[in-house]
Amino acid sequence: MTAATGTGTPLLYLDGVTVSFDGFKALNGLSFMVERGELRSVIGPNGAGKTTMMDVITGKTRPDEGKVFFDGTVDLTRLDESAIANLGIGRKFQKPTVFENLTVFENLELAQKCPRGTWHTLLAGLTGTQREDIDRTLETIGLSGRESALAGALSHGQKQWLEIGMLLIQDQQILLLDEPVAGMTDHETSLTAELILSLAGDRTLIVVEHDMEFVRDLGARVTVLHEGAVLADGTIEHVQNQPAVIDVYLGR
Amino acid sequence: MSSAPGFLDRRGWAWFLAVGALLMVVVPLLNALPAAGTALWMPDYLIPLFGKYACYAILALSLDLIWGYAGILSLGHGAFFALGGYAMGMYLMRQIGTRGVYANATLPDFMVFLNWKGLPWYWHGFDHFAFAALMVVLVPGILAFVFGWFAFRSRITGVYFSIITQALTYALLLAFFRNDMGFGGNNGLTDFKDVLGFEIQAQSTRRALYAVSVAAMGGSFLLCRLIVASKLGRVLLALRDAETRVRFLGYSTAHAKLFVFTLSAVLAGVAGALYVPQVGIINPSEFSPANSIEIATWVAVGGRGTLVGALVGAVAVNLLKSWLTGAVPEAWLFVLGGLFILVTLVFPRGVVGLAQQLRDLRRPIAAVGAGKLAK
Repeated sequence: MTAATGTGTPLLYLDGVTVSFDGFKALNGLSFMVERGELRSVIGPNGAGKTTMMDVITGKTRPDEGKVFFDGTVDLTRLDESAIANLGIGRKFQKPTVFENLTVFENLELAQKCPRGTWHTLLAGLTGTQREDIDRTLETIGLSGRESALAGALSHGQKQWLEIGMLLIQDQQILLLDEPVAGMTDHETSLTAELILSLAGDRTLIVVEHDMEFVRDLGARVTVLHEGAVLADGTIEHVQNQPAVIDVYLGR
Repeated sequence: MSSAPGFLDRRGWAWFLAVGALLMVVVPLLNALPAAGTALWMPDYLIPLFGKYACYAILALSLDLIWGYAGILSLGHGAFFALGGYAMGMYLMRQIGTRGVYANATLPDFMVFLNWKGLPWYWHGFDHFAFAALMVVLVPGILAFVFGWFAFRSRITGVYFSIITQALTYALLLAFFRNDMGFGGNNGLTDFKDVLGFEIQAQSTRRALYAVSVAAMGGSFLLCRLIVASKLGRVLLALRDAETRVRFLGYSTAHAKLFVFTLSAVLAGVAGALYVPQVGIINPSEFSPANSIEIATWVAVGGRGTLVGALVGAVAVNLLKSWLTGAVPEAWLFVLGGLFILVTLVFPRGVVGLAQQLRDLRRPIAAVGAGKLAK
């Protein structure tokens, strides 16, 4: 195993991960590491493998080769989506996916951290603390007063926020956010940046984004993916001055 | 389609009790008390007919639970109904005893006719009602569990699932047609004499069977209602619309689906078991794929994802069928097909959703305005 930089074992560790679809290598020997409490931005042109990387981490796609470890010991390639989610890895999709036929409140209720067994869900009731927890989350995501609206009736930005709220109330250690500000107004975008920054340290966040302004606002370490592997890594200023990165983005 | 409902509110209970009292008390009394032929009297033949509708209503409820709420369209639900029916039929066959044509104390007539010397192993125990009742629940339940286990774990959904359920019921149809299966071949099981010691043809027995069917219908309704109003019900609605997302929340969607699918099959089996003594026969035609598709039509016509719609649809379509197959027999299949097209194209929310749909049509501008205000 490559020695981890920083303190202790990395929370998330990918080594030599390869995924091919019909001969096309979506990920090509990708190695990637995230420390506990870190905020990391991942950028890269279309088809660089950003979403595939998230699919591998969350168990949606099995890698052909390579290792994916959580907390040093848990092999994520052996677990399915729900088991990985229960370990504490949550994901917000590129296209907001909330349950449109349920209310905002019910969306949060389903996401809330508590036993996921079928019997338990059949018999579960909502305690006072859980209700307060939902109310608090509603406030954080700016949806207080909309709790009984159908999630399908929310605006695009509000759906994104609801989905982030669902990750928060799930109390996940690692949050994978795939384009969290797509379709948001400038105001909503800056509020989202604030929210993400306030979570960093407490939780580990990996943010995939196209919006460079937003990535700059986050001020986090940036990993550039290209053709399924890491092209550059460092501060935003550092990677933007790399000739290889400029080549990829300008298509030279 | 519907959002997650609560359990029954005060109005819901009022309706439930009123309809329950009408069906459980008024209908049997109207048959038993007034003199035959008077204006108030309910003719004898209507009691088993209504009892049959109650069984169909349970069957429709069981399909609505999985189709309307979890998005699992089973087009082979008739198989579970028929299996429950056969389990009951086997008990009723053993009750005939020496009163059969061949007066054989252990072997049913068709086995004597086939020159069988002893009872096949799987017929043992069916002379006890409790054992038969257990099988009514277990046989459809276990089949659904095993079938669902493989299907849901392999993530077979949508139309693919519907097709393999059709294959399942078709395979059972062919199997039960065979004489050497030991279920009476294409004649099935019939000529029943009594149930739990009561003469099966007696009007008082028929009233009792009717009452038990209606009670089972009420119980099934409350049970389904309890499930859809629970958190599990919301998990089901969520996975109906976005199954992948539910998995990423940490729920095992396969387990949740397996649970409702198995429960639904058990309800269908109970419906079949109550149906058989009232119609007096069970044969392989109950396994025919067309039967199972008809169940989906009842639910679609009534309005899926509402439970009440399943009850309304099952009764309404079957009333229409009873009347049409008497009045214009050749028209029935065209009407059934037409109904299916009509609900798909014109009123997708079914009879129950029709009122709401009409209200929406009448006030489109008001609705948009309200939406704006709410923002």
